[in-house]
Amino acid sequence: MLVIENLRICYGAIAAVRGISLKVESGRIVTLIGANGAGKSTTLRGICGLVKAVTGKIMFEENDITNLPPHKIVAAGVVMAPEGRMIFANLSTRENLEMGAYLRKDKKEINRDIDYVFTIFPKLKERINQPGGKLSGGEQQMLAIGRAILARPKLMLLDEPSLGIAPILVKTIFRKIVDINKELGTTILLVEQNAHLALSIADYAYVLETGELCLEGKAADIAGNQQVRKAYLGES
Amino acid sequence: MRRHLSKICLLVSLILCAVVSLLQGYIGAYYFQIIIYIGINTILASSLNLINGFAGQFSLGHAGFMAIGAYTSSIITATLHLQPGSPISHLIFTGALLAGGLMASLFGLLVGIPSLRLKGDYLAITTLGFGEIIRVLIQNMDFLGAARGFSGVPKLANFFWVYAIAAILIFFLYNLINSTYGKGFLAVRDDEIAAEATGISATRLKVVAFVTGAFFAGIAGGLYAHFVTYINPSQFGFLRSFEIVVMVVVGGMGSIPGVILAAILLTVLPEALRAIAQYRMVIYAMLLIIIMLVRPQGLFGAGINIKRYFKKSTEPV
Ligand SMILES: Nc1ncnc2c1ncn2[C@@H]1O[C@H](COP(=O)(O)OP(=O)(O)OP(=O)(O)O)[C@@H](O)[C@H]1O
Ligand SMILES: [Mg+2]
Repeated sequence: MLVIENLRICYGAIAAVRGISLKVESGRIVTLIGANGAGKSTTLRGICGLVKAVTGKIMFEENDITNLPPHKIVAAGVVMAPEGRMIFANLSTRENLEMGAYLRKDKKEINRDIDYVFTIFPKLKERINQPGGKLSGGEQQMLAIGRAILARPKLMLLDEPSLGIAPILVKTIFRKIVDINKELGTTILLVEQNAHLALSIADYAYVLETGELCLEGKAADIAGNQQVRKAYLGES
Repeated sequence: MRRHLSKICLLVSLILCAVVSLLQGYIGAYYFQIIIYIGINTILASSLNLINGFAGQFSLGHAGFMAIGAYTSSIITATLHLQPGSPISHLIFTGALLAGGLMASLFGLLVGIPSLRLKGDYLAITTLGFGEIIRVLIQNMDFLGAARGFSGVPKLANFFWVYAIAAILIFFLYNLINSTYGKGFLAVRDDEIAAEATGISATRLKVVAFVTGAFFAGIAGGLYAHFVTYINPSQFGFLRSFEIVVMVVVGGMGSIPGVILAAILLTVLPEALRAIAQYRMVIYAMLLIIIMLVRPQGLFGAGINIKRYFKKSTEPV
């Protein structure tokens, strides 16, 4: 579904992503793990066109989407729930969700999808008319995921959904991510600091180290890998 | 239902405009002039509200667009020697106003494009420069009367024209802001990167805001010219732009009723305080400072905090 070849992204003189190649197959949950500053967010931003690729190619369903403007990439079916959530602070919960469906015209279906978001995140329904900026961190994360659902993406990019959220809620949110994958058939590329949790729900995993991929494999295998256990799963 | 309600409101206000305009002979000339200025300032402030309030671009050059509309429409009606009163003259006047609006929006496009790269105070300075350039250009164009001004503009604008257009603009803004498309402006204002990530083209919307805002400023300029019948470049200087910005800030950026109230208040107030009229700009400046300190969300409206326009963005673009 998504094929990245030799992607390189720079911020000025700093090369944040240094020629990575990866594949995400349709219907799967794939995770990209790595330490702080490894280039995970940059990779996701590159996929959705928010930063330009210097070299390399990003193919989505046989179409070249490299360096297209972000809204064209959303239209093609790739949507990101960005790191740090980035909720529209002055728009209500409902309006935030509607913004997710900005490119869609099917009013009825949109309302049905909003209801779906409310069934998986009932907390949001209680806050339906509250400005996004006044939601708690956890609620904002649910809203960010909900907003991404509203775009009806084929591929959803999630950037650290566990960031700054209490462990119990993180578990819930990860269960919902699996639900979205199963119930809506949305393919998911998940970036996480919390490697343990990410590997527990993913089918396949890539490990990123200072802008380069150092390891890949079935999530279960990666979770069992000695190196990874030491570096990312906190074992000595 | 809500959609119909706003349509009915528009219809009623248009009829009201027509009825009141039949009575305009009974209103004293001085009060009538103030009433007209209130209408024109409402159009100016509301159209700037689209750029500054909704789309979050801090523009300081609205008088420039107004000047372009005023001169464009005046050239058309003056060269055609339109006489007020004949039905055909109103038809041509409509065309002239539209031409003025379109010309202004063309310049709005030109100013809108740099606005894609500039933010906050940088954009404010650029648009301020634009307004001044327009003024200086007109000052040096002989066929526009240069600094002497342009006289003999037929007096075609009246109560109906001014308030009908104000009503249409408010109807338009109200519907815009309640539509998904229009909420895109607010999304861009709140978080440009998130907006892009959800499929909104921030680039496109910012330019649309500039072009549309400029269009209505141009129309307001045309109405103004055809009411005072004499225009000169100094009427469209920086102070004029500043006045309009103050109306938007005082009313609350992004608040439609707040900005209308502020336009009324800030048109009437200087008249009521005629005795200290020479300090008007000092008072405006102080008002602006006080608002920023005490009520950054605006006096009336649930507008948004003006300070955020001048925060330095650390986000990658
Ligand atoms: N806007 C930017 N300008 C300059 N450098 C940047 C920018 N964003 C990220 N970087 C740099 O690029 C590298 C990769 O950053 P990135 O945000 O992709 O890391 P990450 O893997 O997502 O880290 P984290 O887990 O902390 O979110 C880092 O060295 C970072 O300092
Ligand atoms: Mg990151």
